[in-house]
Amino acid sequence: MTSKGRSKRLTVILMIAPFVITYLTVFAYPVYNMFALSFTNAPLIGDGQWVGFDNYIRLLNQKLFYTSVWNTGYFVVLTVAPNTLIGLGLALMVVRLRGWLQSLVLVLFFLPYILPVSVVTQIWQWVLDQQFGIAQYAIEFFTGKRISVFRDPLWAMPMVALVTVWWTNGFNLLLFIAGLRNIPADYYEAATLDGATRWQCFRRITWPLIWPVTALVLTLQLILQLKIFDQVYLMTEGGPFNSTYVLLQLVYREAFRLNHGGLGSAVAVFLFLIIVSVSVLQYQLLRVRER
Amino acid sequence: MQRKSIGNILLLVLTLCVACMWAFPIYWAVITSVKPEQEVVTKTTFFPDVFNFSAYYFALFETKLATWYVNSIVTSIAVTVVVILISVMCAYALSQIVFAGRKLLYGIILASFMVPSQALVVSQFVLMHRFGLINTWGGIILPQLIIPVVVIVYKQFFDSVPKELREAAKLDGCGDFQILFRLYLPLNWGITTALAIITYIMAWNAFLWPFLVTSSEEMMTVTVGITQVGDAFGVKYARDMAVAILAAMPVAVAYLLFQKRVTQALMLSSGIKG
Repeated sequence: MTSKGRSKRLTVILMIAPFVITYLTVFAYPVYNMFALSFTNAPLIGDGQWVGFDNYIRLLNQKLFYTSVWNTGYFVVLTVAPNTLIGLGLALMVVRLRGWLQSLVLVLFFLPYILPVSVVTQIWQWVLDQQFGIAQYAIEFFTGKRISVFRDPLWAMPMVALVTVWWTNGFNLLLFIAGLRNIPADYYEAATLDGATRWQCFRRITWPLIWPVTALVLTLQLILQLKIFDQVYLMTEGGPFNSTYVLLQLVYREAFRLNHGGLGSAVAVFLFLIIVSVSVLQYQLLRVRER
Repeated sequence: MQRKSIGNILLLVLTLCVACMWAFPIYWAVITSVKPEQEVVTKTTFFPDVFNFSAYYFALFETKLATWYVNSIVTSIAVTVVVILISVMCAYALSQIVFAGRKLLYGIILASFMVPSQALVVSQFVLMHRFGLINTWGGIILPQLIIPVVVIVYKQFFDSVPKELREAAKLDGCGDFQILFRLYLPLNWGITTALAIITYIMAWNAFLWPFLVTSSEEMMTVTVGITQVGDAFGVKYARDMAVAILAAMPVAVAYLLFQKRVTQALMLSSGIKG
């Protein structure tokens, strides 16, 4: 090989090595090891023995597993579509504004998104506090009594969902605004000249043209919300009566609380496979869109 | 085609009302934090009679907040710098240099988009334990270093730099490292700031991993640490809100200063060109 070829090779190695080595160590190997661990009876720290599909069979016989699957699904239902629709609704409102007013309103809607999760949960624990929370005025108005929402199995999950929508909606709003800005103004002008009403404009122009962004937001939301853990852990710890127990929390419980590294990994594999399938589906959807 | 009508004005008013309601919990937290603890639970005032900063005094001097701040600052900045550095080099090689396995590497990086890092916490914990990094800055930092999207965004931007630039620099005797750091990186300074800010915000806000890898209060980051304050001292809302506001301050300020960059980075990473 020529010296030029050798120095080119050295350059490439020096450039990609830091990323590739980090990638293999803290990303690729953990993926492999998650699968490997799930077939052993290893504790969190230390070696285990190969037990085949035992962990998976144990999971299928565990009531808490079904509870977690159910609750994760329930949370997804409560958040994905509402978060998308609210994002679109707010974007339609914000996009009509101009100049500094639009910037200001956008900041008001977007600010929650950049807050750390523990700050969000602290704020809402105060807002929803049974005795002194300001939201209790509204709750009392509608139900006639004050409710300790995070201690009530009926209310806990919807409230976690509400807080999540409040926290994460700014991002969806942003994507929708970008999508709405891409619609050429002449479409609306032409339609208005033809005497189209506001609703007709939305139905015939906005909705079809914003649909690709809507599909993107829906699938991004789906992937994101399947991974829920932080908010439930901080607000309810999975209670009351496991009514907010979710899959990632089962991973945490088995691996870190009960010292079942193997079983915890099996739950993680399950979650991993669900999310990868949804991602593949999303990828296919978006590819179809681009054609 | 301004249609000034009652309908438009009503819509404007509605928008402003919804926006104020949306931001109200944040306002309420700020207002609560400057009330005396007594006032917080005795009357509902939307503006405090007198400003009282004792909750902040408590948060700053009677909790470990200062230690958590140091941990958060060190780990978030380290994550940001390393992520940008290793990603930019990898992206440059992928974009500008032809080498065996280039397509494969890019494909693998694209595919890792789909991997939920939350599912990896158990095996990452085992790994960090093997490295002896539990309860250390290194343990907090390492698993946060792979953000595939940063490589992908950089590669796309480098792809669009005219090839002649690199060739001219080569003729002048520049090596690829010089070309990257003296030419390509400055050319893409805007996107670098955007990616750096968003990485910093994500690292500062990270909860699950720092929560798992730190058990001693001395090593916790702000986001994890503040959840301990209530436990140790009982519920007092002015204090909790002051702690929460201080914890959010570094990201809120970063966002308000660099709004455009933050939104640009978010759009790029979700696949919508900003």
